[in-house]
This record gives sequence, structure tokens and C-alpha cells, in this order.
Amino acid sequence: MHEILSGNEAIARGAYEAGVRVACAYPGTPSTEILETIIQYKGIDSSWAPNEKVALEVAIGASFGGGRALVAMKHVGVNVAADPLFTLSYTGVNGGLLLVVADDPEMHSSQNEQDSRNYAKFAKIPMLEPADSRECKEFTRLAFELSEQYDTPVMLRSTTRISHGKSIVDLAEPVTGLAEPKLSRNPSKLVMLPGNAKVRHPMVEERLVKLAAAGCTMPVNRQELRDTKIGIITSGVCYQYVREVLPDASTLKLGMVHPLPRDLIREFAAKVDRLYVVEELDPFIEEQVKAMGIAVTGKEIFSLCGELTPGRIRKAYGLPGDDTSAGEKLPGRPPNMCPGCPHRGVFFALNQLKAYVTGDIGCYTLGFMPPLSAMDTCICMGASIGTATGVVKVVGEEERKKVVAVIGDSTFLHTGINGLMDMVYNNAPATVVILDNRITAMTGRQDNPASGFTLMNEPTSSIDFPLLCKALGVNHIRVINPLDLEETKRVLQEEMARPEPSVIITDKPCVLIKREDVFTKGPVYQVDADQCTGCRACLKIGCPAIEWKPGEGKKGKAFIDPLLCTGCDVCRQLCKFGAIGRSK
Amino acid sequence: MSGQITNILLVGVGGQGILLASEILSETFMLAGFDVKKSEIHGMSQRGGSVVSHVRYGKEVFSPIVPEGEGDILFGFELMETCRALPLLRQGGKVVVNDLRIQPPSVLMGQESYPEGLVERIKSRFPDFLLVDGQKLAVEAGNPRVANTVLLGAVSRRLDIDEKFWLTALEKLVPKKALEINRKAFILGRNL
Repeated sequence: MHEILSGNEAIARGAYEAGVRVACAYPGTPSTEILETIIQYKGIDSSWAPNEKVALEVAIGASFGGGRALVAMKHVGVNVAADPLFTLSYTGVNGGLLLVVADDPEMHSSQNEQDSRNYAKFAKIPMLEPADSRECKEFTRLAFELSEQYDTPVMLRSTTRISHGKSIVDLAEPVTGLAEPKLSRNPSKLVMLPGNAKVRHPMVEERLVKLAAAGCTMPVNRQELRDTKIGIITSGVCYQYVREVLPDASTLKLGMVHPLPRDLIREFAAKVDRLYVVEELDPFIEEQVKAMGIAVTGKEIFSLCGELTPGRIRKAYGLPGDDTSAGEKLPGRPPNMCPGCPHRGVFFALNQLKAYVTGDIGCYTLGFMPPLSAMDTCICMGASIGTATGVVKVVGEEERKKVVAVIGDSTFLHTGINGLMDMVYNNAPATVVILDNRITAMTGRQDNPASGFTLMNEPTSSIDFPLLCKALGVNHIRVINPLDLEETKRVLQEEMARPEPSVIITDKPCVLIKREDVFTKGPVYQVDADQCTGCRACLKIGCPAIEWKPGEGKKGKAFIDPLLCTGCDVCRQLCKFGAIGRSK
Repeated sequence: MSGQITNILLVGVGGQGILLASEILSETFMLAGFDVKKSEIHGMSQRGGSVVSHVRYGKEVFSPIVPEGEGDILFGFELMETCRALPLLRQGGKVVVNDLRIQPPSVLMGQESYPEGLVERIKSRFPDFLLVDGQKLAVEAGNPRVANTVLLGAVSRRLDIDEKFWLTALEKLVPKKALEINRKAFILGRNL
């Protein structure tokens, strides 16, 4: 029985076959589909956590309780989860624990391209790196065996090309005979006070030595000897590119990239004339091979930035590669907020007020793009509020009135809430706008603690933002309709002028929410060509449903695509000539 | 160096249904007994940005992305995006493209104009070129929304795969209530 699965789907399948009891994550491209597809397997308790740290802690508890547990996140999520991760390395596990991390070389949908392999080394835990969907499933199963055998959390590193690539996978039945989870106490192992941790640390070091030795005979680390003039150490999707571009070269394909199988590397190096490492991002393998005293070529010919491709590898080896940069000059097609998006009016107003906007991670980061062009900073999940606090601490009285933090509902609950706590506690007079569209939209509409539903689509409690802000000590909380431009601008103006912390909550759902009664399309709008003067005011919101027709009339005219319009009404409010109205 | 591998690129605009079309292609090739790999980028691209999906099949496929300049068939859902992807195609590659123009933000806002003469530009470099009026044929099949399936039918004609595998893949991946109309659209495209 075989199927075509994405890497993410195959990881979910592998978790099911490995008898995983608990799966937890915070959504993040390119890792999101692991949890979205794992829900099809009965017997796995799957959930979205408010952030990656909590997700890992839930997995840790499940493991300590004796069940196998999976936690998934994108590369930057590990930064959030790093605190429990490093100490989990010391405690080890009870039921097997796997942390799946999906890196994003080339930053297709990320704010940096950090290389998560460094985390495995830093936290002193093993890391597996699959090269296609079949390996995603097999390595996931293996990870749980290694985790229990070596009493260690295991990381599995994917990249965008692996997570979102699809290939054929053979399906198998789930394992049987796993112990039933039950409470078992072992405080000297699980309570990490200095006295206990001092006992555990040498065990961690010993574990790495054992794993490095075992790695030399693990089938996932394999030498493929072909022509021995060139030998290439590689892993993950780079292995596939190497096989494509240099089919005759010998390869040492590493399935476990930490700890490295040193003796196997020595053996392979001795068999080939010239040794290379082909790896994306950091010289992670290369530096360790060099430290072993082995001559190897890597980042001298490959970039430290971006992903590799067959063409880029060809180029590095001086082979004729096609130059794809020689394409024609065409208008770009960047992503854009959807027609009817409730964020649009807010950024339009912020632009008009010349606000200094500390931004955050979500669809609304697109508020940076012209014509809205209303974002000045964006660092990481939850950073908008802390950044705003810092800015108002240093700038003068007049300038601090310009400082506004914008943050989505899901991002606020992820790590923004601590920033607001600090802003209020230390009385920083900035304005925070919580863009509550009732969903985690950017990653594809996942539920969160304010949406009223769980990952399993069960109804649950939903956070009351005004009440939460009140409990944090915010004295000025305004709830607005962001599709009402006059109200939005006026309330922003009032709160920005206030010499105290204040919060504005926008109350309109994402237009893509499919659940009934959350978002409903309004009556479609149209431009009355006779009334349109060609003033272009309606183009200032960058709505994809509004098209400029330069050939119409004297100066050109606007046109609304009835198939794209959601009836949000924002453009009508911009037209001074009453040319925009509901379609008859 | 791809030997017996066939490389297909699907290009267009986020939201056009490119992912479903590439799923149907991949399923078909698997059913026909080939090794298959495909790759695309989700995330930001869904918000109306450019989308490229790679599908490769053959005896054994390594890279999930088509090596630059080795595309055999370019399956275009939109004219400008098709033009943008031409450097990915090998010399003598085939192009099947929907006769559709979707304006990018800069054109909608009147800052740039949508390039003229794209069809001629593509044709002059890739003579094995088919321009499909997807919308018109989709209406003929019974629903303007099945233009992609018409295109898919046209692409299928350029690949040596038995028709039954295409139809089985459609049956598996298209929602039941839309199946009949999609089958009709596919055959219309296949007979172009």
C-alpha cells in the first residue's frame, strides 16, 4: 500500500505508526500541515498550543506520563521552545519524545534562515534529517526508538523542500506492544535542581559518545561508493540534488546529522580523492569534519545564504548551469492582503496619521507593502509591543505620540501578552492595536485560544480580549470596527495622544474563515462610471478587487471586480464623488 | 542529466488551483507505475503572489525541484507568470497556457501596465505552444470554474500516459459532486 505524501503528511503518518499518543504544535510555515493532517489518526490527542514553549512542555508531560509525544514547529519556534528543550536534554524521557523542526532556507515565508542543526549540537541531542517523504515517515518511527533507547529527546529537521515536497511512501501498520502510560515517579531524574542536574550532565555527554559510535553502523548513515575521484558528504534534500547533478560521485548520506558518525566519516574520506560537504546554510558538518583534521571543501564554493538547487550546485562545480536570472523584466507579483481584509483600513489610517508602527508576524505584516506602507519594524512573534515600549522610552514627547504596536490575536496570545504586561507595569505610553480577526490567518486559518474551537474542531472557551487587557491593568481599551475608516482614524488619534498605555481591539473576522456565521460576504459594490472622476483615491488601499483602467474616460477610471469584492465598504468611504455604491 | 525523467512546471497566481492540478498530475504518474516527486511553496504565495509547482516523474526521481533549464512542459495558468517561468524550460520545451491575464497590484494601481504581446513572445521562443481559451471551454463543459481541468486535459495529450490513469486520478481527487463536469472539461481539453 503506497501513497503520495508531503514530508509533513509523512511525518504525521510516521507518528501514527510509531504509536504517538500526544501531538502538539503552534502553526508555522513550513511545519503547519504536520498537526493538520495528524488529526485524521484516531488515538492521537492533537492540539494547537498558544506557543512553541507550551507545545513542548505539553509533549514533555506526555512523555513523562509514559506516552510517546510529538511536537512540531518552524525553525524560529525553537527559539521560543529552547528553554524547556535544553533542560529536557538533561532529564531525558519516559515515553519517546520527538521535536520536529522545519527550517526555511531561502526564507520563502520567514523572517530569518537560522539553521536548526545548531540547536541539536547546542542542546546535545540527536538530530535526524530525512531526504524525502519516505524517509520522513521512516525517520519519525526511528526517532521514537532512539529516544527511548538512549533516554533522550530527538530532533527531526526538515526544510521547506522536504516538508512541502511530495513523494511516494509505503504505509505500514502501527507498532504494537507499547507500555500503557501511567504515573511513575523519578524526581532525582526529573527535578532539575543543581544537585540532580550535576548528576545528569555527564550522562548527557556519555549519551552523545554512544550515539556517535552507533551512528557508524546505523543504516540511515550510508556510504554509496561510485567513482571515488569525488566524495560528497551530504544530507536532506541536498542529497537529492547531488545525485541529480553528480550522479557518478560517491556519497556519504547522513540520516543522523548530530552527533556525526566520526569513524564512518574517516573511513569514507580515506576512500575518495577529494572530499566535499554539500549542505544548505551553515557549515555545520564541514566545520566538524575540519576539526577532525580532514581536508574538505564546502562553503568556499557554496553560499552561506539561501537554499541550494541543482543549478546552484552545478555552478559551484563549474558545470554548465542555466542562468535563470536572465528572465525578462516583468511587473512583480508580491502577495497582498485579500479583498475585504479587515486589516486594510487600519493600515490606511496608520499611514494617514504618519504613525511609527512596530509590527509583528502575520498577514498584517503585509501592511508594510505599498500603497499602505505603514510598518516600521518587525522582528519576531510578539515583538511589536516590547519594541514600542522601548521606542517610547527614548524618543521625545511629541514623537512618542506616533508610536503604535500592531499585533494579531494569535500572535498576541503567543508572546505578545508578556509585552503588554510590561508596557502596563512600567507605564510606557504607547498604543497597542490588537488586530483580532479570530483566527491564525497567515499560516492557513488555524484555531487559537480566542477562536472558540480546538484543532479537533471541538467548541471550547474563547478569550475575551477586553477583559484580558483589563486584567493586565490597561485602563483605556477601545473596541472598533476596522471597516469604518472614520471611527478607526478617530479612535487611533485619540489613543495615540493619550499619555498612558492604551489598547485598541479591532473586531472583524478574517474573510477566509469558512466556519458558518463568522464571516459572511456583504453585497457587492460597483463603480458608477459616470460619477468616477479618475481621482484614484480608492486605489490608495491596494484592494485586489479594484482595477485601474487607464484607457477609460479622460484620466482613466476605477473598476470593481464583482467576483473578488466582498462588500467590505472601505472603498466607498474613500470616494468623495459618490461613485462607489452597492450593485443593483 | 535527468535521463528518462519528465519535468513539468505549473505556474500561475496563488488561489488559481495550481496545487490541485499538480496533485492530479502526481497521482496519475504514480498510478501509471512511475516514481514521482513534486515541490511547491505554500504560505506567503497563497496571498495572490506568484506560484510555481514542480512535478517530475520517471523510473527514479531524485530532486523534487526541476533543475533550472530542464523543464519539458510548462503548464501556465496565467500569461505573465508563464512568461516569467520561461527560463526554467529547456530548449524545445512545450508550453500549454490559459488565455488569461491577472493584473498584479502595481498594474491594478495604475503604476505599471500589463505587458503587451506576451503570446507572441512565448511563441517565438517555444514554437510547441498551445493557447487555450480555458474559460470558454469550461463554460461549454458546464461551469466556468473548471478551466484548470480543461488545461489539464490539454497537457495530458502531450504526455504518454494512458487515459484511464488520468480519469482514476480525477475521480480520487475531485469532489464527487463536481466529478462529472470535471471529466467533461478534461476530455474537452484532451481533444484540443
